Amino acid sequence: MRNRLALGVVVLLVLACGRPSGERGGRALIQNKGSDTLVNVAQAWAEAYKEVNPNVGIAVTGGGSGTGISAMINGTVDLANASRKMKDKELEAARANGIEPVEFVVGFDALAVFVHPDNPVEGFTRAQLAEIYGEGGSVEGWDQLGLAIPGCDSNEIVRVSRQNNSGTYVYFQEAVLGKERDFKLGSRDMHGSKDVVDLVENTPCAIGYSGLAYANEHVKMPCVSTSDNGTCVFPSSETAIDGSYPIARPLLMYSAGQPQGIVKVYLDWILSDAAQCIIQDKGYAPVRAVSCG
Amino acid sequence: MPQASPRGGDAIDRRNLDWYIDKGVQVLVFIGGVSGILFVISIFVFITKEGLGFLTEQFSIGEFFGSPRWAPTSSHNPTYGALALIAGTASVTGLAMVIAVPFSLGAAIFIGEFATGKPREYLKVLVELLAAIPSVVWGFIGLSIMNPLIIKLFNVPVGLNVLNSGFILGLMAAPIMTTIAEDALKAVPDTYREAAEALGATRWQVILRVVIPAAKPGLLAAVLLGVGRGFGETMAVLMASGHSINLPTSVFDSVRALTATIAAELGETAVGSDHYRALFTLGIFLFVVTFVINLTADLVVRGIRRK
Repeated sequence: MRNRLALGVVVLLVLACGRPSGERGGRALIQNKGSDTLVNVAQAWAEAYKEVNPNVGIAVTGGGSGTGISAMINGTVDLANASRKMKDKELEAARANGIEPVEFVVGFDALAVFVHPDNPVEGFTRAQLAEIYGEGGSVEGWDQLGLAIPGCDSNEIVRVSRQNNSGTYVYFQEAVLGKERDFKLGSRDMHGSKDVVDLVENTPCAIGYSGLAYANEHVKMPCVSTSDNGTCVFPSSETAIDGSYPIARPLLMYSAGQPQGIVKVYLDWILSDAAQCIIQDKGYAPVRAVSCG
Repeated sequence: MPQASPRGGDAIDRRNLDWYIDKGVQVLVFIGGVSGILFVISIFVFITKEGLGFLTEQFSIGEFFGSPRWAPTSSHNPTYGALALIAGTASVTGLAMVIAVPFSLGAAIFIGEFATGKPREYLKVLVELLAAIPSVVWGFIGLSIMNPLIIKLFNVPVGLNVLNSGFILGLMAAPIMTTIAEDALKAVPDTYREAAEALGATRWQVILRVVIPAAKPGLLAAVLLGVGRGFGETMAVLMASGHSINLPTSVFDSVRALTATIAAELGETAVGSDHYRALFTLGIFLFVVTFVINLTADLVVRGIRRK
């Protein structure tokens, strides 16, 4: 996997000869690199764009938001994918190289909290989630939240989480626990969003989190509020887009300078309904409500 | 040219197609023979090279073997305690052996000593067929069948635990153990059995007092190879154990295995980072443990042959 990725990078470097958007045999190439959260969507977009404009190829590589942003600073990509904003330092470094990164929001990632359908819980505050999941957190049993769950005699909160380098894990940590706090050890660390939902579905004592699109009718999604007296917001595409749901983040693409030519056409297409349906299909929220066939 | 038999020498030395095929096959077989050694050495060199930076810089024996806190991605306090992972692997493998040893020794004794004719052949094939089931299928069974079953039977919060993965792993290790144990029983000369029966021993007495003691080293090797299989198994354990960093106190606790940790985390780790190198250190540890187990099993088997 890694070797294949490395090989891909080498091939792309050879193709691009260190220059972004080169013309090769009449076929223009856009270099697109970055966030692993976005890489599946970016690949699906690139795949679909072949139909839209066969004369433009999109070379997509992952490696993480940091990788994409450093490539943007070094001027080797046309579009950098990121699941976080560029830091001030990174912006300065890019400007020092004569590149003015322009940010585009291409979608949203809302993390829903899942519990078993028999769980009577209405909603969680962010502080409660932090006490459940965070290192040193005090909440270990459902009765501490005033809940008794049918089928969960042991009262233990079975925490379902993700492996420690997934983007979902990192984002949940940032948004719920805060950057300085680690996860409590002993959570069941699943290897995919779907596994999280499957386990919660079959386990009355469980709580888990995952991208909104992984939800199904066998799990319950409680609302989340930022404080004790704040409004409790249910996860949905709408609440992710308007920013009222507290565990949602924008997914970004940075272009080197105001996009021009084929890059501009590609970005416009990404924000079109057709491309936004693809991102919705991949489990993320589109930038606006779209109706897909 | 030797003069004694010019015709014969001529036939041997003629470099026709057959001669080249012969040479070619010789070279191929030689490459096949030494490649095993080359692969083992280069794998060891590779994982050592990747993990060495960690071993010399961050590695502390006390933390690695003494702390259960495996938190390599923590931003302010990364720790690399493998104790919980080692305990996880050991507990799952241990339970697997508790289940697999009686099961596979029983199967080997039945196939080797009691069954005859067609049923014996069918049984042998069926047991070996068990070994052909892919480990991801075993993991799937653990996840989707064993998990709800354990929750229902034992009224525990979650069914992905030591019991689940130990049971699955036991079934996975049983075929190889049965096959090797049966070979060991078969290697006991029939004269032993005949002598015992001539003295009036019942069939059970023959097996318990004569055949099993005589086959002991082979049976031990079978068990050790089963342990090695358990230590190295990844996918099924990843899916059935719960993958939770935890020092288990009962069979109903979720655990995490060394192999599963590497499988789950290596894919998205930046090459050359501390986390990456720490995972390779886990790999070195696993390699050394399975190497020692397999070497011991091999020496034990050699011990029988020499006799």
